[in-house]
Amino acid sequence: MNDHTVKSYDDELSHLTSIIARMGGMAEAQLSSAVQALATRDDELAQRVIAGDARVDELDQEIQSFAVRLLALRQPMAQDLRLIVGALGISGEIERIGDYAANLAKRTLVLNHLPASAPVAGVVRLAELVCTLLKDVLDAYLERDIEKATRVWNRDEEVDALYNAVFQTLIEQMTEDSGTITAATHLLFIAKNIERIGDHATNIAEALHYQIVGTQPAGKRPKGNTVGAPQ
Amino acid sequence: MNALLPLGTIKVKAQGVNVHYGDKHALQSVDLDIRAGEVMALIGPSGCGKSTFLRCINRMNDLVDGARVTGSLTLDGEDIYDRAIDVVQLRARVGMVFQKPNPFPKSIYDNVAYGPRIHGLARDQAELDEIVMTSLEKAGLLAEVKDRLAESGTGLSGGQQQRLCIARAIAVSPEVILMDEPCSALDPIATAKVEELIDELHENFTIVIVTHSMQQAARVSQRTAFFHLGKLIEVGDTEQIFTNPQQPLTQGYITGRFG
Repeated sequence: MNDHTVKSYDDELSHLTSIIARMGGMAEAQLSSAVQALATRDDELAQRVIAGDARVDELDQEIQSFAVRLLALRQPMAQDLRLIVGALGISGEIERIGDYAANLAKRTLVLNHLPASAPVAGVVRLAELVCTLLKDVLDAYLERDIEKATRVWNRDEEVDALYNAVFQTLIEQMTEDSGTITAATHLLFIAKNIERIGDHATNIAEALHYQIVGTQPAGKRPKGNTVGAPQ
Repeated sequence: MNALLPLGTIKVKAQGVNVHYGDKHALQSVDLDIRAGEVMALIGPSGCGKSTFLRCINRMNDLVDGARVTGSLTLDGEDIYDRAIDVVQLRARVGMVFQKPNPFPKSIYDNVAYGPRIHGLARDQAELDEIVMTSLEKAGLLAEVKDRLAESGTGLSGGQQQRLCIARAIAVSPEVILMDEPCSALDPIATAKVEELIDELHENFTIVIVTHSMQQAARVSQRTAFFHLGKLIEVGDTEQIFTNPQQPLTQGYITGRFG
């Protein structure tokens, strides 16, 4: 990729990729810290995640303005054009993931002030799966590995299945013991947000596919049912 | 007028076209169809053969010493290189606009009237006036020059001169207009005017344009052909060529990776 006649153009494109990598790494860390804060009822860690979201947003701004600058000054074509347009999309997806991680941390603070009534294990398992997908898709981005991206794309269904199981468990919990309704409702939202993060990881995989080959992944997007009904 | 032909009818068909300039094999077995009513952009690095190909279509290469054209080139199915073809008639059907505006050192009126006069397209002065006015109008120049038609064409600005040359080209009602880097000597506003004109003209004419500006090719054409070292490498819808070219050479050229 580093072979433009104008060398500074190469530098700019790799700079763009490196900010995305930094932003992705940050969102990944935000998510896993938020999950850890949830699992260990850690107020301090949750606070750090909430504060950290501003940095993810800043990077998103930086990427948007840098990409617009490249579009205006370089008038990119073909793979360069796709790289820049893809970066705009991917940055937006990562920014949303950061928001969900921060929301997870906020709800964790609320949960921490309630008795530990509803079980969080299912939600944590769901979150770990999504963390893996996010890590894989970001690795795929750095390695320009389309196969790895496609595997992430195909695995979103697992997230949906696990989400439905968590949903069922929490409903049963609330039915059995109305004292858990507040906590379980927060967990439901958390689970939904994590499921959304899985969707955003899938979107990143699609954007990456477009960047590399210029088309969307072939076939229908694998999509489980996510309305919480039994499969 | 080819506007009457169904869109997509093949206007110019090249099959196995080779051009030699002396020992130099400038164009190597090019197959390319140009459809009626489309703007086809020819792009590629200097010396790739794009202008050579363009100049085959109205036999401008006949004027070059040692030039030899083989293969088949047809206009509406008629062999362009047939001995029976009258080259002057051919060039009335296939007009050309050059890189540098080259108005005749005559009045604006006479520049445009020149073609219709030598081809006897007007029966009287009124008809000639009509042709000149319509051509200037179509070339988007009439409003700017209508009060000074008797002034010299060479006194116009570069952009106006180029539009005068376009008016001169369309005055003989050609079917195809060849443009060889028509905007390379023009400023961005004059360029935009010519591009706007191309957009309007292709409703009535088939246009083939050679350009070094990728952005221009992307802006004005429906299809783009990429040439490299005398070979046609890739041809496709302009949008596809510039967002997702299939050949590594095309990709390398349009993204500025070799040149």
